[in-house]
Amino acid sequence: MPKIAIDTTIVENKSITDDVKELIVYAPKIAQQAVPGQFVHIKIATGEPLLRRPLSISNVNVEAGTLSLIYRIVGKGTAYLANLRTNDEVNCLGPLGNGFDLTCERPLLVGGGMGTAPLIFLAQRLNPRTTTVLMGGRNKAEMFWQPMYEGLAKEIHITTDDGSMGTKGFTVSALPELVKANQFDRIFVCGPHVMMEAVAKFAKEHEIPCQVSLEKYMACGIGACLSCTCVNKLGDKRKKVCTDGPVFWAEEVL
Amino acid sequence: MLSSETMLEIDIAGIKMKNPIMTGSGTFGFGEEYSDFVDLNKIGAVVVKGTTLLPRCGNDGVRIAETPSGMLNCIGLENPGVEHFLSDILPRLKKYDVPIIVNVSGNTVEEYGQLAKILDVYGIAAVELNVSCPNVKEGGIVFGTNRDSAAAVVREVKRNTSKPVIIKLSPNVTDIADMAVAVEEAGADAISMINTLIGMVIDVDTWKPVLGNITGGLSGPAVKPVAVRMVWQVAQVVKIPIIGMGGIMTAEDAIEFFLAGASAVAIGTANFVNPSAVEDVAKGIQEYLVKKKLTHVSQLIGQLKVNK
Repeated sequence: MPKIAIDTTIVENKSITDDVKELIVYAPKIAQQAVPGQFVHIKIATGEPLLRRPLSISNVNVEAGTLSLIYRIVGKGTAYLANLRTNDEVNCLGPLGNGFDLTCERPLLVGGGMGTAPLIFLAQRLNPRTTTVLMGGRNKAEMFWQPMYEGLAKEIHITTDDGSMGTKGFTVSALPELVKANQFDRIFVCGPHVMMEAVAKFAKEHEIPCQVSLEKYMACGIGACLSCTCVNKLGDKRKKVCTDGPVFWAEEVL
Repeated sequence: MLSSETMLEIDIAGIKMKNPIMTGSGTFGFGEEYSDFVDLNKIGAVVVKGTTLLPRCGNDGVRIAETPSGMLNCIGLENPGVEHFLSDILPRLKKYDVPIIVNVSGNTVEEYGQLAKILDVYGIAAVELNVSCPNVKEGGIVFGTNRDSAAAVVREVKRNTSKPVIIKLSPNVTDIADMAVAVEEAGADAISMINTLIGMVIDVDTWKPVLGNITGGLSGPAVKPVAVRMVWQVAQVVKIPIIGMGGIMTAEDAIEFFLAGASAVAIGTANFVNPSAVEDVAKGIQEYLVKKKLTHVSQLIGQLKVNK
């Protein structure tokens, strides 16, 4: 599947919370070919910032030819993205990276913070399989994801660090009960590195195959610059997050 | 009038190129990474990722940081090693009709010679000596910032290869013209310039350096005026061709380098931003030549008008 870089426009850039937005980009070919776990690399048409910004695909609308990219405003690049308006020009490079392996029957999706975004697309493609979603965040204000999973999950469990929504604690503390009650044959996890490590460790102890989605600073997004490589636990050669990942089997990289 | 096919054709130290647009080592992988975006057969030459005798896994920690109009990198020469390059990568690259130039980096003068000897094979057009990688502690920059050791590397490599030898100069020196003269006297066939400028970025929240290696090499549009100035200075004092590079994003940027005295140019950081930059710049130069009623790109080389 060839990667493409297209000049296109913003359909919408809407606020979800104070610092989280959803960018809808018109990119029909990419929307058609993309699979869950892949990302696009966005360049604002003119001037700063110099480099592209990698954004995971939260969802696609194949009929409308659009991609949904949910992002938090964390730095200079995302601040620029946040200022984009309908019809503003961007260059969209994608679909990039390898997606999740969908060969499973009873998946558990674990999302932490913004890592919950790409799992929406995953849940959609796993439909109509019986899917359980576990999502965690710092507080209630961060847990706006539930409506986006409407009709895509059998059950949704929520944890917050401060207990303002769902169960107080981290996602990993909710795992034992969920695993006792269900026969999961796969765990997909995307979120902060420490959280993915904890979930992967739990998955290994319970012999459930686990896939993780890594995030690293990158320049090219296509395997050339080697900015984003990570240690490969199963061999000598380092793995490129952009082209070998961003989705990996947990034992490869954690 | 020359056809559009031939107006960009150029010969650099015996390397015949369809156009004077090359790729900057480390910014274009081994070429294949860009095959969805660029017809590799239409590039002047592909300069591959810096290669060492043994595989290297590069530096730990954060490897890039964006800066105003540029970026810092401290990859640390991650590469699969020269043997893997020859056995696994070069055979695939041979199917393209494009000169392959291998950028090499050694820890000792002898290692540069060994690398050159191993790479003196069919399918390789030239070697480019990386004597100025700012991100590897044990070597590189030491050779690139001292005229005698840079010259020693060139002489050793020349003794060990039949291929043209290009040396990539570091801008992190007091007198780049002096370095250029030294490597020309030592027998270098061409000069690439400039490598990155050493820089650093500090996170004021944590009081820590942003890069894992503390410092990194600055590239991108931010360095272009420095690069153009250095190419111009060196062009006054050497006869061997100069391959100009440093922040070229557009055809106009490349043309500045030609006017300053470069015979060819390389596209680096721009490849990260626009994966078809190499082809776009070549096309833009051709359009510029037509617009200026020129018939060949060589009519630009060194034509800077100073006090005329």
